[in-house]
Amino acid sequence: MQATDPNVKWIEEPKLGLAGKMYIPAVIGGLATTTKHLFSKKMTVSFPEERPEIGNPLIYRGVHRLNKDDQGRVKCVACFLCATACPAHCIDIIAAPSPWPDRDKYCESFAIDELRCIFCGMCEEACPVDAIELTSLFDLTGRSREEMIFDKEKLLSVYDMTKDAEPMKSKSLGGAP
Amino acid sequence: MLAISIEALVKIALLMGGLMTGAAYFVLLERWIAAWVQDRKGPNRVGIPLTKIKLFGLGQPLADGLKFIFKEEATPGHVDKILFTLAPISILSAALAIFAVIPFGSVLPASFSEMIPGLDHQVELLVAPGIDIGMIYIFALSSIAVYGVILGGWASNNKYSLLGGLRSSAQLIAYELPMGLAIVGVVLTAGSLRLEDVIGLQASTGTWNAFAQPIGFLVFVVAAFAEAARLPFDLPEAEQELIGGYHTEYAGMRLIVYLIAEFLHMITASFLIVILFLGGWHFWGITGSENANITWFEAIARIVVLNIKIFGVIVFFMMIRWSWPRVRFDQLMSLAWKVMLPLGIVNLVAVATIVEYQKSLEGKLGGPWGVTAAMWGVSLLAWIAAGVLAPLHSDNSAQKDSFVLSAEARNRGVRPGVTTSI
Repeated sequence: MQATDPNVKWIEEPKLGLAGKMYIPAVIGGLATTTKHLFSKKMTVSFPEERPEIGNPLIYRGVHRLNKDDQGRVKCVACFLCATACPAHCIDIIAAPSPWPDRDKYCESFAIDELRCIFCGMCEEACPVDAIELTSLFDLTGRSREEMIFDKEKLLSVYDMTKDAEPMKSKSLGGAP
Repeated sequence: MLAISIEALVKIALLMGGLMTGAAYFVLLERWIAAWVQDRKGPNRVGIPLTKIKLFGLGQPLADGLKFIFKEEATPGHVDKILFTLAPISILSAALAIFAVIPFGSVLPASFSEMIPGLDHQVELLVAPGIDIGMIYIFALSSIAVYGVILGGWASNNKYSLLGGLRSSAQLIAYELPMGLAIVGVVLTAGSLRLEDVIGLQASTGTWNAFAQPIGFLVFVVAAFAEAARLPFDLPEAEQELIGGYHTEYAGMRLIVYLIAEFLHMITASFLIVILFLGGWHFWGITGSENANITWFEAIARIVVLNIKIFGVIVFFMMIRWSWPRVRFDQLMSLAWKVMLPLGIVNLVAVATIVEYQKSLEGKLGGPWGVTAAMWGVSLLAWIAAGVLAPLHSDNSAQKDSFVLSAEARNRGVRPGVTTSI
């Protein structure tokens, strides 16, 4: 855009008054601000001792979990929608004929490579039965790459760990009322 | 003779130990204040090693020092090796040597000298008592700091370092003038160049020089900030512009020597502000003013008062750092030559007039309070004049006319800065 363009709006710098030119009031104002902050509440969370407060755990995108239905069975129907939606290709599902009459297939094995996952939440959105969900656990650690590939048992145990604090989201699919 | 030597050595050991520990812990304080002002908690983890005791992070300076000691002392291949090593040594030794004439208390009672055989005089809490050129000595040594900075910048053979060194030398030389003028005002009233005499006068009259010479106080504080290269005048280092300024190429022990010297400059500046203008160890009612018959309570009260004042001034230094942005280099120079120097001259003339015509002025203006009121009036007028006429608040905003002109010139095919000859 040219400087001569009529759409360019030229504004003037505000003029300093006498108090501004005397410097001392400005210095005192600045010192008052810093002194106020000196004694104000600190934002730091001392992490290992304190846990940060997560604003809304229900929409936080942390470690995955595999939900169980009211009979304690895994809800997954092995439709592969999450694996298809996953942009990082970190979900590996092996399907098998279901032993239960209410569905055709279930997942024999369900593994998520947590190191490859980008925690975008697409799997959660894609899932038609709300079997996979992201929890608010964020401090995910492990000592080896193998340990960070979460299998079905691990993902189900994450559900057992978090089901009380974070109930399933969708009511129509068996979530909390 | 032996007793006097031992006395001097003990005082030197006390002072060096105190200063080095003080500098280390002021680094921690600086980091704490920086954190608190920014709503953080600051370093609070390092305590006693191998235990879980944290002690609010008071072990941090020790850990910092160890880190510096165990770091590789890298010398870049392109530097002037002799000057590169000499520069930090010269700046630290000058910064430490200044404390030879700076009192860190008053005197100890006569009963202390009687306890120790061979001591036939009262112990003054000052490494070199009775030096008649105290303030000149301080000035001479603080000028040597310029050598440390510019030699370091030059020897590093690096553009950032050289720019930092150049800025620093220009800044330190420019601000020595207003600082000197402010000190001359104090020297005139005290009639002595000894710092202990300056404190003694303020203690005996009960009027601190900051009250008697307000404009001199302001000029001195601003100049002290600039001499110590503290924000808003930290242009020699200005890490956002110059990476690290003159110590860009330094690492390990040589870097920590520079950093300690910087903190010592700030401590020196605080000592000088307190001693010259804020009454030194004097506080009304508790410190007394007699040196000969001083009691233990008064002697200790003087040390405590002096140190509390110095601590307060250092906290002020650190708070100003987070309250004000850095000035530009041309503003820095304008402030020194066009504002602080005239103000210093006004202060000097006013103080000289008062000292010379004290009796007749007191008669005309109604006693010493009238003279002080007149001094405040002159100071206020000078400050308002300097503020209104100051060259500092120049208009730096984009000017439409110049933009339009340069745009037209560009359209005609003339590049700015290129003169076309026919």
